[in-house]
Formats: sequence, structure tokens, C-alpha cells
Amino acid sequence: MPEKHLSTQFDSELSAISTRVMELGGLVESQIRQAIYALSQFSVDVANEVSAAEVRVNAMEVDIDRELSNIIARRQPTAVDLRLLIAISKATANLERVGDEAEKIARMVRSIISSGAPRSLPSLELRVSADMASGLLRKALDAFARLDTTAAVAILKEDNLIDQEFDGFVRKLITYMMEDPRMISPSLDLLFLAKAIERIGDHAKNIAELIIYVVKGADIRHTSMEQIESVLK
Amino acid sequence: MTTAVTTTEKTKISVKDLNFYYGKFHALKGINLEIPENKVTAFIGPSGCGKSTLLRVFNRMFELYPEQRAEGEIILDGENLLTSKKDVALLRAKVGMVFQKPTPFPMSIFDNIAFGVKLFESLNTSDMEERVEWALRKAALWTEVKDKLNQNGSSLSGGQQQRLCIARGIAIKPEVLLLDEPCSALDPISTAKVEELITELKSDYTVVIVTHNMQQAARCSDYTAYMYLGDLMEFGSTEQMFFKPMRKETEDYITGRFG
Repeated sequence: MPEKHLSTQFDSELSAISTRVMELGGLVESQIRQAIYALSQFSVDVANEVSAAEVRVNAMEVDIDRELSNIIARRQPTAVDLRLLIAISKATANLERVGDEAEKIARMVRSIISSGAPRSLPSLELRVSADMASGLLRKALDAFARLDTTAAVAILKEDNLIDQEFDGFVRKLITYMMEDPRMISPSLDLLFLAKAIERIGDHAKNIAELIIYVVKGADIRHTSMEQIESVLK
Repeated sequence: MTTAVTTTEKTKISVKDLNFYYGKFHALKGINLEIPENKVTAFIGPSGCGKSTLLRVFNRMFELYPEQRAEGEIILDGENLLTSKKDVALLRAKVGMVFQKPTPFPMSIFDNIAFGVKLFESLNTSDMEERVEWALRKAALWTEVKDKLNQNGSSLSGGQQQRLCIARGIAIKPEVLLLDEPCSALDPISTAKVEELITELKSDYTVVIVTHNMQQAARCSDYTAYMYLGDLMEFGSTEQMFFKPMRKETEDYITGRFG
């Protein structure tokens, strides 16, 4: 928020909680990066680190929620402040879910490694969509920090690309499973893993939608791109 | 600035191009506004923005002072109040007002209410008793004072006194009730009772409330008007005004970014 309140204490509370959300975002972002690394290197150790970070993510979520309740109870925020706090609450929940997806990727990586057939599967192809998803989350957090609606719209459009990548990957996995039934079990792991990546993109998209909610007061969930662009005019 | 604002509700008071002057000081600048019937409309804005002035124009309270004048139209039930030749007391019977500080008359609780009624109606004793009880019940004060109706009105607590003034205001059955900061001298419990009352009153009356307490406007009004330096900046549903006002100036004021 660029403009100051009469109450500087309120300003510092809002800025403190925004910082906390960004810290949480940074933490889950590094979780994703590690999870992708664990996938490309088939590293059980790195996968374990991803799972270990889960505890910190959960604690931060609880922390942010407590602080949110505190601000709402004391300040009775209205208008843009109210929209920002509601958005922070939802963004926090989305980020925690991203952490869960990263943990899911780590779990699948361990499962694929223990199945003993990692190299023969097209896991490297997931790198593209994984990088896209983590890049999208980073952009969403940047845009949220700056309340940049133009960047938010770009993110909404980009999420569609991740969804397309996912559909393509599923088709490819099916051919692998048809060729060699022994690949079905690890392929299913890989399918869950791909789904987790696709979900990360969705969470980034949700955060982008919240930016428009804060700035324009419009709830653009479940609406078409034309409707979104007309809101922003 | 003239922002013509209309709602889909039935209009009770229509304000058209209203200008008001305290001597040379231009206190209200071209106000256009339609106050909906049987709804609570709140006026908010910083001190000196003209909200209380506007309220005082609605029942021509300003005419008590020679150097004050109003131009434009305030139409209540098809008649322009400002040019009406009717007795101003009749207008005030139709448009009642409650002030910031409780102002009980120096007489019994019963007479505080009966006094105004006697000016406009000649009721027999039992009808008058019925009216007093009705007004006190409406103002959520009956159970607290029913056993001491002969006590002096000023013996009541501040919150009770204010509800007594509201009872007095509604006893003559006005159509519009103007409340000028009715809770600013009250504790939170009395405030909550008066707010509850405001919500109940709107089924019978059109309520206009001026308040410094924005949360109060948010809690008990259906429509909110934001005024600043004599201009009506924005008027809309309370939900919209407190969630996403159209103007940045309104948002700054409502969120306390006003300096």
C-alpha cells in the first residue's frame, strides 16, 4: 500500500504481514526448486529436504493466520485494507497448498527411485512444466507484492500453457504404459507428480486473481478472459 | 461538483442543486441526492464537511438563524420544503430530529413524551398512556422505565436519556427521523441498543443518520454518503462504499488514509 494511514501502527502491521507472506512464498518456491532438482537428479536426500521444510511452511501459515485475526479484530479494516487482508488470507492458504504439492513431488520421486526404473521414464520432460510452474509462482508473488494487475493477467494466460503441457504429458505416459506394463506403477507415480506441477500453476493463478480482487474489488474467479479484461479497463 | 445519484429504491427526500450559506461561507455546494424511503441513510465525512448542516436543512432548523440561507430544492412527498408555506412546526412533526447530546425536557419521563404529542393531537388520558408506552417500547426503553414514569427525565443514564429523546421523536409519528451523531456521547452497550433501534425503526420510518463513527455507518445503514468540504463526494449502498468505493477520496477516508 503506497499511501499511509493516520495510524502508523496499522501501516506497520500491514507491512509486517505482507512481508511474512512473501517469506512464506520464498520458502515454498525453494521447496519447488528442490523438488524439481530431486526429480532431475533422482536424489533421495534432496527429496527428503523438501519434506522436512513442510513443518516450517505449516508453522508460518498458522502464524500468518493468527496475525490476520489479530489485525481484523483490532482494526476492523474496510475497503482496500479489507480486500488486502482477505487476499493475504487466501494467498497464504494457496502457498501452503503449493508446499503440499512440492512435498507430493518429493514423495513420488522417492517412490519412482525405489521402483528401480527411473531412467527409462520421460521424467526429464516434466522439467519444462515444472520450471514454468515455479516461474509462474514467482511472478505471482512479485505481482502480489507490487499489486500489479497487468502482470496478474499475464499469469492467468500463462497458466493455460501449463495445463496444455500436462495434457500432452498424460498422452505420452499412456503410450509408455501400453508399451511395457511393468512401467504402469512408476508411470502412475509420474502422473501424480505431473498433476502436482499442474496444481502449482493453478495456485499461482489463484494468487494472480487475488491481485485483481485487491486492486479492483472484482471477483474474477470462474470468469472468462474477456470479462477479466473488461474489469481492468 | 454535482454528482446526481439515484438508487432503485422509492425516494423519500429528493435533494436538488442544494446550496447552503452561513453568511458568506458556502457550506453545501450543489448537492443532488435521493434519500430512499424506509431505509437508513448515513452521512459520513470529516468535521466541517457539511453533513450536520445538510441534516439541519431537512427540517429547516437553520431558519432559526437569520444569516443562514438555503437555495435549491428539497422535495418531501412532492413538496419543496424550502419554499413551503406550511407551518414549520408541522414540517418538524413530519421530520423529527435527535441530537448529539441527549436533551430531555426538565419534566417527568411520561411528560417528556406526551409534551410533543399534545402539540399536534388531543388524546384522552388512556390514549395518551398508550402512545407513551408505544413510543417507549419502540425505543427499547419501556421495560427500564415503566415503573418510574413520573421520575424526572434527567434522572436516567445517558444512554437511556438518548433513547428517551428518540422515543419523544417517534411519539408524534414522524415520517423521517434525523439523527445527528446520536451515539457520540454513549457507552458501547447503549450505542448497541440505539443501533438496534435504528434498524428496527426503518420499517416505519426513513432514517437519516450523521455519524463520525464509520463502523456505525457500516453496521446500521443501508446507504452511505461521503461528504467533504461541502461536496457530496460519493453516495452508494453501504456494502459498496465499505468494500470498493468508486472514488479514491472515499476509499482514503474510509480506510483512515485521510490526512
